Amino acid sequence: MALANLLLVDDEVPFVETMIKRLTKRDLNVVAAFSGHEALEQLEKHRNIEVVILDVKMPVMDGIETLYEIKKKHPLTEVIMLTGHATIETGIEGMKLGAFDYLMKPCDIEVLISKVEEAAAKKRKHDEKIIEARMKEIISRRV
Amino acid sequence: MKNSRHTKNPYYRSLTRKMISIIIIVSFTPLVLIGSIILSQFDKSYHVKTYAHLEALVQQHKQNIDTFLNEKLSDIKFFATNFGFEKLSDKFFLQQLLFRLQQEYGSVFVDLGLVNEDGLLITYAGPFKLEEAKYSEAEWFKKAIKKHYFISDVFLGLRGLPHFIITVKQYYEKKQYILRATIDFVAFNNLVENVRIGETGFAFILNRKGEFQTNLPLNIIPDKGLYMAFIKKAEQERTRKGVQIVENHNGFGKKRIYVADFLKNGEWLLVFQQDTAEVFAELHRAVYIAVFIILIGGLGIIIMAFFQSRRMVGRIAEADKEKEMMNQQVIETGKLASIGELASGIAHEINNPVAIMVEEAGWIQDLLEEEEFQKSDNLNEFEMATKQIQAQGQRCKEITHKLLSFARKTDARVSDVQINDMVNELVELSSQRAKYGNATIKTNLQKDLPLIKISESEMQQVFFNLINNAIDAINRKDGIIDISTQLQDNNIIITVADNGSGIPRDNLARIFDPFFTTKPVGKGTGLGLSICYGIIKKLGGEIDVKSVLDMGTVFTIRIPVFANK
Repeated sequence: MALANLLLVDDEVPFVETMIKRLTKRDLNVVAAFSGHEALEQLEKHRNIEVVILDVKMPVMDGIETLYEIKKKHPLTEVIMLTGHATIETGIEGMKLGAFDYLMKPCDIEVLISKVEEAAAKKRKHDEKIIEARMKEIISRRV
Repeated sequence: MKNSRHTKNPYYRSLTRKMISIIIIVSFTPLVLIGSIILSQFDKSYHVKTYAHLEALVQQHKQNIDTFLNEKLSDIKFFATNFGFEKLSDKFFLQQLLFRLQQEYGSVFVDLGLVNEDGLLITYAGPFKLEEAKYSEAEWFKKAIKKHYFISDVFLGLRGLPHFIITVKQYYEKKQYILRATIDFVAFNNLVENVRIGETGFAFILNRKGEFQTNLPLNIIPDKGLYMAFIKKAEQERTRKGVQIVENHNGFGKKRIYVADFLKNGEWLLVFQQDTAEVFAELHRAVYIAVFIILIGGLGIIIMAFFQSRRMVGRIAEADKEKEMMNQQVIETGKLASIGELASGIAHEINNPVAIMVEEAGWIQDLLEEEEFQKSDNLNEFEMATKQIQAQGQRCKEITHKLLSFARKTDARVSDVQINDMVNELVELSSQRAKYGNATIKTNLQKDLPLIKISESEMQQVFFNLINNAIDAINRKDGIIDISTQLQDNNIIITVADNGSGIPRDNLARIFDPFFTTKPVGKGTGLGLSICYGIIKKLGGEIDVKSVLDMGTVFTIRIPVFANK
């Protein structure tokens, strides 16, 4: 099983391509999207995506807007913001909208992976709790 | 120095001159105008008053003299008409009459005499031996015999003393006779001589031929021509009444005022004369005082205008200098702001390509780990190259981060900050780095500093920059960095001093310029101090540097405590 199911969203195609190669090599299951709209489509298509890595600065629909939409439709999916300029303002805005964390480009791949793992772990824990709750419901119904 | 600068500048010099002349003209014009108007009015009214006074004086004395003469004449008339020739020709009776007159008037009447129509003195009462004197050829007798009564001019006569006579003509048995009285010259003279005003004012009487009827004071040279002019003028105008006043220069350059009036039915002229200088002494004194005041005032105005203008121009020059400095600052700030904008634009865009490069290098590293490459001779070189790419990418990131800080994109929210706590925290954080740089950080903090409203992250940046620079500057074993804080007149003063290499004089002026650095390539961006400068200026504070080569550098920061309230 892969370490995590990941959606990488960035308008910089070469960046995305290389990252996919490097992350896949490190046992991550990566899907790519090159815009905010595409990201939402991919999320609809791949329901198993646990963590989204989202570039803040993108044309048409920027990272913050995309984050807002993702959180609306997939509240349990964890999002890590990736910015060309790490400002506290964007960071705080992202956090307010429910982002897990934010990282500054260029970032060390190991740091990125550890953040993704943390996010995935959180998501799984969350999922487990939901399953547990549902199980309890089912069990209690049977009993 | 301040003065010499603006006095040398031709612009300020001409400004000073203009101000001085404007002040002088504006102050002098009304002063002189009012002064001259008041003086001329005063002069006019003083003249009118003085003339009126002199006129009254002369008229009064004219009346006195006329009264004196008429009185004496009526006495003689009384004797002549009441006593008749027989009584009067009695010497004893005549002596009694003289005695009575002398009792009444003192020594005014010298003698009495009775003269028949042939000019022969019939009876005489008086001190002189004049019996049987013959006056038929005398000037006065010729006139007296033609008139009912007559008052003569002053003459010496037989007795050789100045006197004048009063005569009254009467008839006895169809023959004319004259009763004549001699008036003592001294007594009459006193009437006029008593009219003395001041040093130079005196009166005298002339007859129509210009002969003096009274004594002149000693050492007075009479202006005879002028007196004759009076008489002539009066004759031309056919008036013998009214006072004439003339101001004229006499032959000796002195101006005199002459007041004249006719008396004794126009036969005699009473003249009062006085030096104008004395008559108008009061007026002249007032003029002198006024002129003196105007001169002193004028001098005051000139001095005041001079100093005030210089002071004003000094202030203007100072204000201009300040304005110039402000303009400089505005330019400086504008420069920083535009560089800031540029920097943030670059920072936004550059991180993406850098990120791609770094990731590509990372991918090469990933690939190198695969077995086929492990055997390559150049594996080591490849690894070093990719690491270098990643390291340089990191450097780019740092630079863009600093650029963004410079563009003030860091947390600019203000909060109450205790500077001392911040310093302690930062000293702790920096101590490890300082140790590697052979430096010890010492602090000397004033207790109970007030909280100041600043952005914590910005202030941290300032301290980090200064401390890092200080550590970099230390090039000896016993490096010391001394950080002190103190409160001074509502300002917090922070100094960061090191005993490092110091800053060359030429560089001192430029250290706050963006992108100015003396550190080796790759070590510094040249933005650190520029950022510090921007942050401190934004707080309304100041940052200043003093440095001596090989001795050390002191950065002084002043932050106003209430700047943001």
